[in-house]
Amino acid sequence: MAGPKESYSGPILECRNLCLSYFTRAGEIPAVIDFNMTLNQGESIGLVGESGCGKSTVAMAIMRYLGNNGSIVGGQVLYKGRDMAKLSPEELRQLRGNEIAMVYQEPMASLNPSMTLGQQLMEVPLCHENIGEKEAYERASRMLSDVNLPDPERIMSVYPHQVSGGQQQRVVIAMALLSNPSLLLLDEPTTALDVTVEAGIIELIGQIAEKFNTSMVYISHNLGLILETCQRVNVMYSGVVVESGSVTEVFDRMQHPYTKGLFGCIPLPGADKSARPLVPIRGQLPLPHQRPPGCYFGPRCDFFQAGNCDREGLGMSQVPNEPGHEVRCRRWQEIDWSTYKPVGVGAGESQAGEVVLSLNNMKKYYEITDNSVAAMIRGKRVRHVKANESISLEARACETVAIVGESGCGKSTFAKVLMGLETATDGEVLFNGKDIAQDQVQKRSPEQVGAMQMVFQNPFDTLNPSHTVGSQLARVIRKFGVESDGDKIERRVMELLDLVKLPREFARRRPRQLSGGQKQRVGIARAFAGNPSTVVADEPVSALDVSVQAAVTGLLMDIQKTYRTTLIFISHDLSLVRYLADRVVVMYLGRIVEQGTTDEVFSPPYHPYTEALLSAVPIADTSVEKTRIILEGNLPSVTNPPSGCVFNTRCPRKLGAVCETEAPPVHEPVAGHRIACHIPLAELQAIKPVISLAAAPESPAAE
Amino acid sequence: MTEQAIAMQPRESRVLRFAKGLALIRESWVGMIGLGIILFWSLTAIFADVLAPFPPNATGIPMALPGGASLDGSAIHYLGTDQLGRDLLSRIIHGSRQVLLYAPLATFCAYFVGIPMGLAAGYRRGLTDDVLSFLANVILSFPVLVLYIIIIATIGASGTNIVLAVTFASAPGIMRIVRGLVLDLRNREYVFAAETRGESPWRIMLVEILPNARGPLIVDACLRLGYVVITIGTLGFLGLGLPPPDPDWGGMVSETRAYAMMLPHMAIFPCIAISSLVLGFNLLADGLREVSLRD
Amino acid sequence: MLIFMVRRFGTMVLTMLVVSILVFSLLEINIDSVATKVLGPYSSQEQRHLWLEANGYYEPAVFRYFDWLAAFVVGDFGESVRFKAPVSDVLWPRLGNTGILGGLALFFASAIGLTVGVIAGMREGGLRDRVASVSAILTTSVPEFATAVFLLSLFVFQLQWLPGTSGMANGFDPLQLVMPVLTLVIYDWGYIARMTRASMAEVMTTHYIRTAVLKGLPYGQVIRQHALRNALIAPFTVIMLQINWLLSGVIVVEWAFGYKGFGALLYEASLNQDIYLIEACAMVAVFVAVMTQTLADIGYTYLNPRIRFS
Repeated sequence: MAGPKESYSGPILECRNLCLSYFTRAGEIPAVIDFNMTLNQGESIGLVGESGCGKSTVAMAIMRYLGNNGSIVGGQVLYKGRDMAKLSPEELRQLRGNEIAMVYQEPMASLNPSMTLGQQLMEVPLCHENIGEKEAYERASRMLSDVNLPDPERIMSVYPHQVSGGQQQRVVIAMALLSNPSLLLLDEPTTALDVTVEAGIIELIGQIAEKFNTSMVYISHNLGLILETCQRVNVMYSGVVVESGSVTEVFDRMQHPYTKGLFGCIPLPGADKSARPLVPIRGQLPLPHQRPPGCYFGPRCDFFQAGNCDREGLGMSQVPNEPGHEVRCRRWQEIDWSTYKPVGVGAGESQAGEVVLSLNNMKKYYEITDNSVAAMIRGKRVRHVKANESISLEARACETVAIVGESGCGKSTFAKVLMGLETATDGEVLFNGKDIAQDQVQKRSPEQVGAMQMVFQNPFDTLNPSHTVGSQLARVIRKFGVESDGDKIERRVMELLDLVKLPREFARRRPRQLSGGQKQRVGIARAFAGNPSTVVADEPVSALDVSVQAAVTGLLMDIQKTYRTTLIFISHDLSLVRYLADRVVVMYLGRIVEQGTTDEVFSPPYHPYTEALLSAVPIADTSVEKTRIILEGNLPSVTNPPSGCVFNTRCPRKLGAVCETEAPPVHEPVAGHRIACHIPLAELQAIKPVISLAAAPESPAAE
Repeated sequence: MTEQAIAMQPRESRVLRFAKGLALIRESWVGMIGLGIILFWSLTAIFADVLAPFPPNATGIPMALPGGASLDGSAIHYLGTDQLGRDLLSRIIHGSRQVLLYAPLATFCAYFVGIPMGLAAGYRRGLTDDVLSFLANVILSFPVLVLYIIIIATIGASGTNIVLAVTFASAPGIMRIVRGLVLDLRNREYVFAAETRGESPWRIMLVEILPNARGPLIVDACLRLGYVVITIGTLGFLGLGLPPPDPDWGGMVSETRAYAMMLPHMAIFPCIAISSLVLGFNLLADGLREVSLRD
Repeated sequence: MLIFMVRRFGTMVLTMLVVSILVFSLLEINIDSVATKVLGPYSSQEQRHLWLEANGYYEPAVFRYFDWLAAFVVGDFGESVRFKAPVSDVLWPRLGNTGILGGLALFFASAIGLTVGVIAGMREGGLRDRVASVSAILTTSVPEFATAVFLLSLFVFQLQWLPGTSGMANGFDPLQLVMPVLTLVIYDWGYIARMTRASMAEVMTTHYIRTAVLKGLPYGQVIRQHALRNALIAPFTVIMLQINWLLSGVIVVEWAFGYKGFGALLYEASLNQDIYLIEACAMVAVFVAVMTQTLADIGYTYLNPRIRFS
């Protein structure tokens, strides 16, 4: 247990033909098939893929923690040459946390809510090394400052819920590093975090490899993060690795149609949207027990060849002249990517029409009652939470206006006021020329309600599980008075299903028989049932898999352009926003900090927050270079926002006292492009673009 | 598939779905046993007149042991007779009618009152919630039997009054459960969707929310049925139950207690009857929960 | 925290007030029935009228309620008709007896319930879990009076090990407590066990338990330090609320075994229409229940750091 770890020169981790299965009542379900990986000292390997591809199962198998119903059915996991399957429970225990450590997806859930962070940290060295409480405390506290946490003493003494999500994740990382492990497994460590917080964690992960010489396995669904953290990458699809190689090999010279498709599905800010349209992968991920014979990607692949691709026994083939670059495809050498021009989605140019929606100084304050003794003494029991402060913006027919911001920026409140679930505290909301700021939804006429509808975020929640798809659509049609006759309603339901490209028999299905993407399509159909002039889409694709995202996004844009609908697109995904929005509104703590056309917002002059957001977005493009801006500190609470400019506590370009005391003036470099900042416009204009292309953009397909 | 063929939702499929839901119980042996016991007692209650060898209130040889012959020797008292010479088996068989009538009736009434209250409290929140929750707390702070004793002592013992008392005492508990479920379900996006299209609150509560709360409520109803059976039995045991002479399991135990030291069988058989029925409901509830957690 | 406690106690007082109104209006609004209950069914109309007059019953109900409440608060519960003595003289010793019975029952039921629940919940779906669950369902399905009958016929009639009644006629006899305590424990442990099991099983599936295991902590330490600390918060509330149920249970058990406790007193009072005794017993019972509920809430807040430091 104690003492220095023995030196070892071979690969830290080897997976050889690893096969993992879960055993359920329905029988054996293979989760990972024929998985190979060699990880050397100090190296980082990424596992990337969509949900259900088996990437997390691999991590759990390395830890030998597959639960009661999972097990290794073939192959080996060798840690420093030792077969993990042959370890006794006691040997395994000594390995866990000491030699192999893990960082998890949800930091809040992975910390024990009823123990102080200090106790949880100190456990690790106390359990693995022969040291006393005092030394363990010092070690833990030193490690906390190593992961850039301010005031380690305080962090040690508090409970998990008392620190922010980003800080929690830093604590988990510190916990993993405490025993100086040789191997660190990171399972989607930033998925639950805001993008600017994510950037800080990614920077820290980058430093770990240098500081501690730790080997890492980084699991993510986000290609951009893999690019920023790893040297090598394994692309997984439905339980198998379809392509593996160094990051540059896979990102620049990908060979597998799935890898190619995956890159086609993500909007890259480096590329022009008309030159590089999004290309969705058709179909959907197969369920583990419904995988097709031969190549699992076959049914979704444009190069599928019956009789060839559906033969069993498909192995990895080596790409010549690129040792370590392997592809699991029978036809990869036959495919000529230069002639492959798939049909992209939407994004055709269209002329914006008249103003449909216009907000003037809209404010939404919530009252909260403070019951603390101090508040009672001061007599200030009621405080106002400024969820939305002075929101002014316009949206025209056929235009897509994106509202961008992190959690707590007031996006959801904004949507609620528009939809009439809340009334505005002040200001006006002109919709088709009528002020609806004070009208709750019950007070609006059916036409008014039908004219503004919403697409929701969570596909598993957006449809009522108790009713069929058809009856839910029919209800909307009847409610908005589009049709009242039974047959006509039915016909309209069918039209809507056609519109969102779903088979008509889906009308009789229940939501649980649909996949996430299909449910989201029904959600879109529902929003368009009343022929709306405006649709508010609240993160409509963020919960979907990458390959499905592109298709749903394309569909939404398509319908919008066809019906000349105004789309208010609420999102945190700047790449996507850049791809589909005409105008962008950046919000921070309930205020608009910048707004303008997409090109204006995405190039200098920027608001410093916009600049930081842009820098934080992970981009899966090796040719892009970014200025690295990491925001310090936590996101302030909405209930107690900073005075002056709300961004002053985290602003890397803060001028000084003026930012803390005075509300910032609004610069308008071009009509319609507004930036609320104290920094003089000239200075803002001098800032270099955050994202730049290192070299001329080469087509990734070119060999 | 033609457009006409794709009807919104054929009526009969609702029945079909219920049957399928019931069939799921087959996957849990615990639930199957529970369902079996309940079916056994239901059939007993329905066919009591055919099954019982004697009329329930007919007297014969008092305190006969199980297996003893009847007065005229023509039949056998399989479970013996009570202190008045009434056949225990026949009384237990007929007693199942009482309990299987009043327990479901009382539970149904309690749900009928409790569900709307819970929906209103959970969905409307605010003052409605505060008032309803406070009243529920007041009633729930009575130890249940104390409440029953006070109510029955005030309004007298009868079948209707038992139903009333059970409704009064259980509705607050049901309200709390429904409220909790609604508090969770009201934040679902399909509820927001209904709100954004201006649906009326009661439609949202009854059509959008309630159907999705049915799983936990069915399990709770089973448990509650078992508990109401216990309550009716206990009230009978305390002499506050259904008035004599018609057989009631709790009352049978109460009447024969004085002789329990010498002839315990007179009390034991009704006790076994009531315990088995409660066990049936509890096992069914457990089975349903197990099945519902599976998917 | 202080504010929370003050508010919680405020709610408690309010609850007691509403309960008192409820009890008062159920039992004392109809003054004729009060007179009948006090003077007996064979009293004459004249006697009742005189009695009501003498005791101020012709005052408006609201005034009477406040008089009644004022007397109640200082512990003057009136005179018991059946025992021909002040209610408080009868009530307190009986309450003490029930305290012994209920305390023992609660202690054993909790000890068994928690132990079984934790062991069952450690591995959900395992053999121990199944055995524990089924036996818990089995014992909670048997009403107390039935348990009493079964125990009587086994230990008293068949084996003749234990006394059949618990009247304590010849002074305190611990042996006489065995049957009533056993009856209560058999009915109550299962519920505590099932709640503990559910809480434990839920905690065992959380990610922080996975974190603890993958830190390489020994299994015992994972259970003791990480699982139990969180898994026992919910059962604490359950045990406190169990006192409310126990108050129902003691009525049946004391009546069945002839134990001279509070439950039997309440029951006797209601059989004899002893109105002031019923009122006093009901109010005391509710007070105990509300008090434990308040303590349960405060304890829950204290045990749960997420609420304590927020």
